[in-house]
Amino acid sequence: MEVSIWIFLLLSVLKVAVVTVILLTAVAYTVLLERKVVGRIQNRWGPSRVGPFGLLQPLADGIKLFLKEDLIPESVYRPLFILAPIIALSCALMSISMIPFGPDVHYKGVQLFQISDVNIGLLILLGITSVGVYGIALSGWSSNNKYSLLGALRASAQVISYELALGLSLVGVVLRSQSLRLRDIVDVQSTHGMASWNIFGGLQIIGFFVYLTAAYAETNRTPFDLPEAESELTAGYHTEYSSMKFAMFFMAEYANMITVGCVATLLFLGGWSSPFGHLLPDFGGPIVQAILPIFWFVAKVFFFLFLYIWVRGTLPRFRYDQLMSFGWKFLVPVAILNIIATSLWLAFRAS
Amino acid sequence: MLVPISYYLVLSAILFSIGVAAFLIKRNIITIFMSIELMLNAVNLSFVAFAHHWHQVSGQIFVFFVMVVAAAEAAVGLAIIIAIFRTRNTLDVDKIDLMKL
Amino acid sequence: MHLVLFFIFGGLCVAGALNLLLQRHPINSALSLIVVMSSLAVLYLLLGAEFLAAAQVIVYSGAIMVLFTFVIMLLNAGREDRTHGSKAAYALGFPGAAILVSLLAYIFLSNSRELGSAELGAYIVSTGDLSNVLFRDLLLPFEVTSVLILVAILGAVALARKEEN
Repeated sequence: MEVSIWIFLLLSVLKVAVVTVILLTAVAYTVLLERKVVGRIQNRWGPSRVGPFGLLQPLADGIKLFLKEDLIPESVYRPLFILAPIIALSCALMSISMIPFGPDVHYKGVQLFQISDVNIGLLILLGITSVGVYGIALSGWSSNNKYSLLGALRASAQVISYELALGLSLVGVVLRSQSLRLRDIVDVQSTHGMASWNIFGGLQIIGFFVYLTAAYAETNRTPFDLPEAESELTAGYHTEYSSMKFAMFFMAEYANMITVGCVATLLFLGGWSSPFGHLLPDFGGPIVQAILPIFWFVAKVFFFLFLYIWVRGTLPRFRYDQLMSFGWKFLVPVAILNIIATSLWLAFRAS
Repeated sequence: MLVPISYYLVLSAILFSIGVAAFLIKRNIITIFMSIELMLNAVNLSFVAFAHHWHQVSGQIFVFFVMVVAAAEAAVGLAIIIAIFRTRNTLDVDKIDLMKL
Repeated sequence: MHLVLFFIFGGLCVAGALNLLLQRHPINSALSLIVVMSSLAVLYLLLGAEFLAAAQVIVYSGAIMVLFTFVIMLLNAGREDRTHGSKAAYALGFPGAAILVSLLAYIFLSNSRELGSAELGAYIVSTGDLSNVLFRDLLLPFEVTSVLILVAILGAVALARKEEN
């Protein structure tokens, strides 16, 4: 297929811009959702003053963060202090580029619902998340503050430990689909609706829970938010940050949450495939049929975001030694058992 | 557009030599250790380049094993560095030249 | 395209390696090494080694270098001083490295024709190809490395543990 390189570049840049804008808006509204839901869990209203139902609150927050004074303390190591939030945010934004949002639709040779379709998409995703820890580690070290340093040390040890469980929990899924390409992984799951999703039909429910737990630890969310435990470390690694630099860490955390939701959806809940498979007759026109997969994808990701917030409102924080022993002594062995069980099952089924 | 394999090999040679120079010049034991990793990486690049030249997978398998060994080496080496720092309170290799404490 | 990408990322590699050599603070050296490793991952992709590129980022940039920065932060390593030993090393190190690089470059460039050239996408080793060789032909070495890693874990734990009286 001969496509002009310029059209390809233009469309790609356009695609990146659209995805980035949607992602950042989603980040802003996830923050609002979190404040609302946690508010209701704690029997209060949450933000309700700015706009109808507080819907304009993210805008107000954004303006506030932009207009605040950007403090850089005297004794910080400046180059890394400035570099750290950039690393954190750019890694968080980069990982979304591997995510397919919908079915394989091409326009002039350009994939419409995915920024880049790579053979080793899953591995690249893991690679980018593993590089993201530098943002946290360097911010804590360069701040020259004991709370920040402790938060950063905790974060790097935690992320390295849980990355292992995270990687191992995905092997079962990869074994089933025999591909590291995210599109192939979804295609395997989209034959019989819910029954062929990895979490049910693929018998990956253990892998799913290991992935979810490890991913919560990777994104430093409750109950694993030791790196920024406010009752112990003031604010952990971003104690010294203010204004936009703080906002960058904040956005990185929520963008990572969204990525985790997307990956969990793709790997375990069948991506954009409908839960009813072919039981549901095709209704509406072609436009409805084109939008429906996107709707399922967004609904599943929303479910994961809600779960994140629900867990945050419910569970208390781990102690650090509990966190380490949970990761190494429980999650890793369980993930390994899951791999063995899955490969035995697949070998048995194939023979 | 083609890139000669020799360019990759020259790049690998440059990286390896910088690693050797850093290994000799640096005084901080952690940085010395990092220059060893740099040399390993340089060799890995030439392995991959040769794997591409001969169309052989085994060149890439070698890189895989080098990575495994490098990871094991990093874990043990950094543990040794922590032990040295604990007993001598310095990371300067010039000051770690006595067998006795 | 290939040539441009090679020069961009090869240049990044060399710049990062030189920065590692010239910076006096270990954390800056560690960061420049991360740049080198990540650019090498892109070069692996150009040479068609896609699994290795991902493994390079995950293992080297994501695990080994995190360990390095972790130790630098833990020990609070500061700037290194110039000492007597480093002067001798300067006198010996730079010329030695220069001789090494010119010798190797001469050999490689004079054999450039026999070595041929790399074409983008001409030879791609998929993860499946790699695992076929690794888990069939080289199963025993693979298992032996797992023993190596086990020994390394035990060694690291034994070395870094505090002495208990």
